[in-house]
Amino acid sequence: MLIGVPKETAAGEKRVATVPEVVEKLVKLGFSVAVESGAGDAANFSDDTYRAAGAEIVAGAAPLWAKSDIVFKVRGPSQEEVGLMREGGTLISFIWPAQNPQLMQQLAAKKATVLAIDALPRQLSRAQKMDALTSMAGIAGYRAVIEAANAFGRFFNGQITAAGKVPPAKVFIAGAGVAGLAAIGTAASLGAIVRANDTRAEVADQVVSLGGEFVKVDYEEEGSGGGGYAKVMSEGFQQAQREMYAKQAREVDIIITTALIPGKPAPRLITAEMVQSMKPGSVIVDMAAEQGGNCELTEPGQAVVKHGVTIVGYTDLVSRLAKQASTLYSNNLLRLTEELCKTKDGIVNVNMEDDAIRGLTVVKEGAVTWPAPPLKLPAPPAPKAAMPPPPPAHGHGAGAPASATRVATMFGIAAVLFWLIGTGAPSAFLAHFTVFVLACFIGYMVVWNVTPALHTPLMSVTNAISSIIAIGALVQIAPGTERVGVEALIQGLAGVGIALTAVNMFGGFAVTRRMLEMFRK
Amino acid sequence: MSESLATVSYIGATILFILSLGGLSHPDTSRRGNLYGMIGMTIAVLATVFGPRVTPAGLTWIIAAMVVGGSVGLYAARTVKMTQMPELVALMHSLVGLAACLVGFANYFDPAAASEFQGAAKSIHEVEIYVGILIGAVTFSGSIIAFGKLSGKIGGKPLLLPGRHLLNLAGLLVVIWFGGAFMHAESVSAGMVPLIVMTAIALLFGIHMVMAIGGADMPVVVSMLNSYSGWAAAATGFMLSNDLLIVTGALVGSSGAILSYIMCRAMNRNFISVIAGGFGTGGGTVVAKADGEPVGEVVAVSATETAELLREAKNVIIVPGYGMAVAQAQHTVYEITQHLRAMGVNVRFGIHPVAGRMPGHMNVLLAEAKVPYDIVMEMDEINADFPDTDVAMVIGANDIVNPAAQEDPTSPIAGMPVLEVWKAKTSIVMKRSMASGYAGVDNPLFYKENNRMLFGDAKKMLEEVFVALKS
Repeated sequence: MLIGVPKETAAGEKRVATVPEVVEKLVKLGFSVAVESGAGDAANFSDDTYRAAGAEIVAGAAPLWAKSDIVFKVRGPSQEEVGLMREGGTLISFIWPAQNPQLMQQLAAKKATVLAIDALPRQLSRAQKMDALTSMAGIAGYRAVIEAANAFGRFFNGQITAAGKVPPAKVFIAGAGVAGLAAIGTAASLGAIVRANDTRAEVADQVVSLGGEFVKVDYEEEGSGGGGYAKVMSEGFQQAQREMYAKQAREVDIIITTALIPGKPAPRLITAEMVQSMKPGSVIVDMAAEQGGNCELTEPGQAVVKHGVTIVGYTDLVSRLAKQASTLYSNNLLRLTEELCKTKDGIVNVNMEDDAIRGLTVVKEGAVTWPAPPLKLPAPPAPKAAMPPPPPAHGHGAGAPASATRVATMFGIAAVLFWLIGTGAPSAFLAHFTVFVLACFIGYMVVWNVTPALHTPLMSVTNAISSIIAIGALVQIAPGTERVGVEALIQGLAGVGIALTAVNMFGGFAVTRRMLEMFRK
Repeated sequence: MSESLATVSYIGATILFILSLGGLSHPDTSRRGNLYGMIGMTIAVLATVFGPRVTPAGLTWIIAAMVVGGSVGLYAARTVKMTQMPELVALMHSLVGLAACLVGFANYFDPAAASEFQGAAKSIHEVEIYVGILIGAVTFSGSIIAFGKLSGKIGGKPLLLPGRHLLNLAGLLVVIWFGGAFMHAESVSAGMVPLIVMTAIALLFGIHMVMAIGGADMPVVVSMLNSYSGWAAAATGFMLSNDLLIVTGALVGSSGAILSYIMCRAMNRNFISVIAGGFGTGGGTVVAKADGEPVGEVVAVSATETAELLREAKNVIIVPGYGMAVAQAQHTVYEITQHLRAMGVNVRFGIHPVAGRMPGHMNVLLAEAKVPYDIVMEMDEINADFPDTDVAMVIGANDIVNPAAQEDPTSPIAGMPVLEVWKAKTSIVMKRSMASGYAGVDNPLFYKENNRMLFGDAKKMLEEVFVALKS
């Protein structure tokens, strides 16, 4: 089948869906590849390199769309592009089906099969290699810091120079998703003091691992909305969050916001007053500008200066790193193609049984199949399951004390038992019984603290000690009492008993010794 | 030696036994603990032999039996391979059980012993004989079967007879009924029939009990039989009115019971359900298997690639399992460990409490290979370190590293604490094939993206890895 890669038509879009390196691999999978002339120019991939990789160069979008069985794109197709599309063709690109119902209708009318890379079920671990949202978000996070550094009039890292002391820049990052984490890592590696916040408390460790400091909102509420996304928080939480943001705004030099909630306008985190409270020369990079912005004063697509603060609202952060973004995106598409073409014969098979492919496919041969049914497996482990049980506290008093009813029942049973024994048994038996019960308790106390490494030696030593039963045989072998008729029988049994226990006695201690010799520091 | 002197010696022996068990709780004091045990045993035996209850006529008998038994025991202790420890321990338990039976029978035949008791004391004495033989017989046959299973002479799969709980219950009722008959027997010969029938049932019960327990539960079984052999000794002590036997038996019995409990907790299993046999409860196993199929690809690597991964790692955790014991690979593991440590790699071992077939099995093997015990960690000590680990190498283990225990609530091993090797940057699983572990549960770990499989015999593959590491 022929894969077509048209030039992106959206204004300012510099990425290209497939890079020459990936063309080679697609050819190896049995596909032929056609690239529109100039498609890679903006990302610094010339037609010649595509040609060298084995692609056919086609001049003009119309002939390319007409001959392609499958079209790889970055952005969703425009009206005209849908018009060019072949009846019954296949398209793989970003679609955002929830935001573009009209586009979905048009594609369905074309009897097309459409795989929306943004609809990938990201919870599937094997889907990670196809996760273009993640790879693009990582690039955007990096670029956001670079844009901030560009607009910021000082160093990021603190220095003490002959010309004076330079304080490090303080960066606050709102939202620790993929983009936020990439931004934390980049800013920290430039030497800034990085703080970050997210409504999902579980990302705190990730923030710290990248060199950031996690700023908590002083309010108890769990913000995970399933599937690793955030959810809308309660009013009380939002109040506490606003106070925290206001405090950070007064303190830091740079704010980078990445807060997005799927299918909703971006939450307003930074108000005009907060911007006013910032130091002159500060920078805000609003990565959610396209969805309305996290900052009240953001103007999408532009960098503006308000109240002395530069507010960067670029919506093409990824495209500003066109070569990198194209390479990663086309690798994501390559992995997807491999999943679609497991036979490596150049024919794609949209297998709706496969959870990852099912999720991606939003239109199948003209029928809208979006949204996909929720995944059955594997549910994120419940917090209880994810946490290993508390380490077995060594020593008696393990963990929490047993519940009162349980203790009461046990004491009750013990009392009844003791009463029964006490009424029926003669005093000679009771003396032995006392010894027995106390010995059980001593055994319990002594053995509780054993380290696991010594379980085997402990067992072999107790095994050797249990050969104490030899005493029983010894006292029977020749007690000097009258045993008419059964003398030989008893002696025989006792003799065998002694021999058997002697095996244990000597063997048990010897093998324990051998084992313990080996334990060394 | 007078009666009082013998009793005092017994008290001394008792104290030494307690010190012995106490000493065994830490590696530093363990050797001394073993020594205390030996001294205690010597004192106990000598005090008995030269005590008032043994006449010089028995000395030749005693010496002959001791020499025979002792030399067999010493020979076995010297030649046994460390990988065969579980078998040896199980076999030795059976001897204690058998000895308890023999002593019980001998005591019943003894007219002098019977004439000591009257009335209620006589009934109690008979109950003691009956119970002593019962426990001894169960220990004996159960340990023999455990030995067979551990040495591979009997298949490891649980044998589940239909209505096995009913069978056991019926056996118990019959035993109680014959117990009544035994107590009311007029003469020794009349009492023999119920006693022998009971012994036969107890033997069958021991066989049935251990046959129904799966191979993965073996650590529990071995420690449970250890406990039984103690109770058998205690019961014999009651029978002979001997406090030393009672105390020692109770010490051993409770220590075995605690070990069993620790093992059960390590597997998140209910003690009763392990004893009752089979894996899982009811039909859960079958249902869980149907929808628990993991998805994904298995990525195999070569020994050279494994060496490459190890060389580039800073932190390595090795998780050994039964497969390492089978392949006798512990020495090669240590050579690799030494080499990596010399290169500055931080190598540690993560030991699951039920890895292998006996409590502490892995520790013994690693100690044999001279792995220093301060780099051998328990599961709880090391589980938190996996996220900072570059390579987690799993050698012949399966169920104890199965993420399904945490992720899949329908899995038969759900809730069992496991070593979280999948949290390491890369995990390498060495296995002979894709076969499932003893629990018969598929392992989603093998399909994880950061997991690699190194197929082949553990020892052979590790040797290849070692060669590749050195080159």
